[in-house]
Amino acid sequence: MNAATLFTQLIEIILAVIAAPLLMGWVNQCRAWLQNRRGAGVLQPYRLIRKLFHKDAVIAANASTLFRLVPYVQFASMCLAAAIIPSLWTGLPFAVAADTIALVGLFATARVFLALAAMDIGTAFGSMGARREMLVGFLAEPALLMVFFTASLISHSTSFPTIVETLASGRLAIYPSLAFAGVAFLMVLLAENARIPVDNPATHLELTMIHEATVLEYSARHLALIEWSVALKLFNYTCIGLALFFPWGLATNTHSLLSLLLAIPITGLKLLIVGFGLALIESINAKMRIFRAPEFLATAFLLAVLGLLVHLLLGS
Amino acid sequence: MADSTSLLYATLLLPVAWLVIGFLGLARARNIIWVGRILFPLGALVGLTLGLVALIDLGGPTQSLVLPLGLAQLPFHLRLDALTQFFLLLIGFTSAGVSIFSAGYFRSGEGTAPGLLCLQYHVFLASMAVVVMADDAYLFMVAWETMALSSYFLVTTQHRLPEIRRAGFIYLLIAHIGAIGILLSFGVMQGGSWQFTFDAMRTAQLGPVWASIAFFLALFGFGAKAGLVPLHVWLPEAHPAAPSPVSALMSGVMLEIAVYGVLRFTFDLLHVQLWWWGLVTLGLGLFTALFGVVFAAVQTDMKRLLAYSSIENIGIIFLGVGLSIIFHVFNMSVLAALALAATLYHCLNHAFSKSLLFLSTGSVLHATKERSLGKLGGLIHRMPWVAWLALIGTLAIAGLPPLNGFVSEWLLLQAFLFTPSLPHSYINMLLPIGAAALALVAALAAYVMVKFYGVIFLGQPRESTLAKAHDCGRMERLGLLWLAIGCVLLGIFPVVLLTLLNSVSVELLGASLGSQLQHWWLLAPIAPERASYSPLAFMVSIVVLVATVMLGVRLFYHGRIRKASPWGCGFPIMTPRMQDTAEGFGQPIRQIFEPLFRMRRELPSPFDVAPHYSVQVDDHFWYWLYAPIAGLIQRASSLASVVQKGRISVYLLYSFITLIALLVFVL
Repeated sequence: MNAATLFTQLIEIILAVIAAPLLMGWVNQCRAWLQNRRGAGVLQPYRLIRKLFHKDAVIAANASTLFRLVPYVQFASMCLAAAIIPSLWTGLPFAVAADTIALVGLFATARVFLALAAMDIGTAFGSMGARREMLVGFLAEPALLMVFFTASLISHSTSFPTIVETLASGRLAIYPSLAFAGVAFLMVLLAENARIPVDNPATHLELTMIHEATVLEYSARHLALIEWSVALKLFNYTCIGLALFFPWGLATNTHSLLSLLLAIPITGLKLLIVGFGLALIESINAKMRIFRAPEFLATAFLLAVLGLLVHLLLGS
Repeated sequence: MADSTSLLYATLLLPVAWLVIGFLGLARARNIIWVGRILFPLGALVGLTLGLVALIDLGGPTQSLVLPLGLAQLPFHLRLDALTQFFLLLIGFTSAGVSIFSAGYFRSGEGTAPGLLCLQYHVFLASMAVVVMADDAYLFMVAWETMALSSYFLVTTQHRLPEIRRAGFIYLLIAHIGAIGILLSFGVMQGGSWQFTFDAMRTAQLGPVWASIAFFLALFGFGAKAGLVPLHVWLPEAHPAAPSPVSALMSGVMLEIAVYGVLRFTFDLLHVQLWWWGLVTLGLGLFTALFGVVFAAVQTDMKRLLAYSSIENIGIIFLGVGLSIIFHVFNMSVLAALALAATLYHCLNHAFSKSLLFLSTGSVLHATKERSLGKLGGLIHRMPWVAWLALIGTLAIAGLPPLNGFVSEWLLLQAFLFTPSLPHSYINMLLPIGAAALALVAALAAYVMVKFYGVIFLGQPRESTLAKAHDCGRMERLGLLWLAIGCVLLGIFPVVLLTLLNSVSVELLGASLGSQLQHWWLLAPIAPERASYSPLAFMVSIVVLVATVMLGVRLFYHGRIRKASPWGCGFPIMTPRMQDTAEGFGQPIRQIFEPLFRMRRELPSPFDVAPHYSVQVDDHFWYWLYAPIAGLIQRASSLASVVQKGRISVYLLYSFITLIALLVFVL
């Protein structure tokens, strides 16, 4: 580890943290356009976060310390995840400390803390949200792990930068197993980020919501951190998808300043396209009943396992 | 000679010290100060010493010894090797925490007198230590049965309650059915030499058929003790019945002793292994893990929930054993060592974290007199020590980084990633699917643990009596703290322990991860470019990030807080009863995995004046397996009762006929 790689690592985290609300804003804006609305502009998430930071925090009288700690843990875990995911380049010294399995574990930790915080106040919606969040999680997490397993078997490594370097290395081979994994991953992404068709990020109709129910009691700076980490989570998942399935353009050579600089606009462009795609998916789908969500996720899990099997059968 | 066995003598002194402490308890059996303040802390000290001795000498030369005790032709053989030392370490360190907790936990006036309890408790500990040190079948069985009996008496501490006597009986029954399996396995393994020392068994030449019979008898016997499905039924009965420190020891230590038995039999005593043994063990382990975790999710009694979670963890451990057998048979020794390391690591993790959780349920039980999840809640405010320490155990069992449960899961998943390279055309396809099941189990475990922790410690108290709940005492706190620190250290410094485990895998498999563990802070079991994980860096970065963000928010904005009542969504009345119950939290799992359960539901109709709702979830195995067997035995015994006439002249006639028959037979 030298100063240059440390620097690229830091830049990568900071860019992710700064750009995450922008992606969220872009998706929302695209959705507004697709629905014939003008939308609030791509900068709206920043305004929201700024406003929330300035407010006084209102906390339920029976909240415990755990409740107040969770937004910070949430934000920190998403920052840490951003440090592992090769969103711009693969020169990430921190990725040595946590491979893809640990990345899945990190997401699980964040989810468990969020669910615990939701149960802390003891309102009906909080505990219901916690239950549903864990329900989505226990099916989405193994599916995500299986997606990573398929990629790991191809590249003989669970280290994320190594996986990406293998997948991006020249050969424009199409791996059939990754096609299955890709569909599974898309389903996991939608579920884990509380998007339609599993959850509706814009709803406040209590009976249908999952994620919003867990954060119902948060306000001001705590909510700001939660909102920011939600944006960061979407950013992270999108970058995971890009790195696994469209790794072209990521800088694998950290010594070439040109390729490093080139990686930023390329990734930005890819994010714009994917953001529009997400908005499109959300606009043409209807939200499922909550009882259907396990089926949806079980399908994702089975597809991911199928991808693994295809890899084992075809050896690619 | 004296020098080479001195350590064995010294180690042997510690179980003897436990026995002495136990008998001292009888001296003033009703005096809680004597038993609680003096004897139990002494027992903890002995446990700590045992753990330290084993830790320091792990990897030292093997020592063995013949004691001039036992029967005339069957003296007791003892042996101290790496595997033994690892399990002594587990027994010692775990029991140290449990004993110090017990010092504050046991009160007088509850069932068995404290002094007698002290005796049973320490005999139980000593017998477990002797089981792992035994080097012949005779001593092994004596210690094994002592372990079963002493734990039976501990389970039935509250022997005045009929349901507890019933639970104890089921435990004793299954323990003995298992013991028969082990005994028969010994019978097969002596291989015609009629020598019952382990040395004789190591040299016995068994054909593959007999070796398989021996292996499966042992798997049956140890599986009954460990709680492999379908022999798991005693666990959810015995754990709620037993006092919490006893549950902690039984779940955290005794189940692992059964794993010791399987490892000792498979890799040490049997000289051949077959790949399909591994496949069967792995399959049983996977099914057990999935079964355990799904049942844990629908439990409403906190100790039953933990009992099922123990079944899950045992499943994961057997999964690792199976994987290790398969790799070993195909001569992929480094990978076998990886799977074995994951297995042993998980044993230690489970010992620490499950004991921690069982002990915290004990504190909750003492403070609230409630075991049912539906009547708890909000205890983080009343019992902060127990709640925060239990949080560590919860996260550890849920397998979340950077705590210890994740390390063993990570190692197991890494081992699974190598299964496609197995030189066997079916299993290299099938086994990676096992990883998917393991991932599902791990994710479900998190679900279970959120339910466990959230319902007990978070939210609002569901009963008004909970307002009087008090935090645990100083001794109990110390015990919990010890185990929690163990969980954290095992999570952050895995390489230190894995380096120690090398000597175990060299002994059993002839290979180790040795050269791969170069950096003390970085876990890279096979090769750094293949996979690496550094829990220390992980932990430090999380803490630093949380601190930075907190400071940043304070610095750039403000830290103002207002307290208000929770948001009621516009409803005028919000009561604690509106929170999700344990049943509610388990409902999605009940729905998704419906075929696994036997459910009886009572749903109210819309016109009921006094609506009543109940759901009872049972185990199919009671009805599919145990009830038919019990019926069969009942019928057989009623047939046998035909000869039972109740008159002494008839019985004398039977004796006479028997004698005549024997005479005819002999002549």
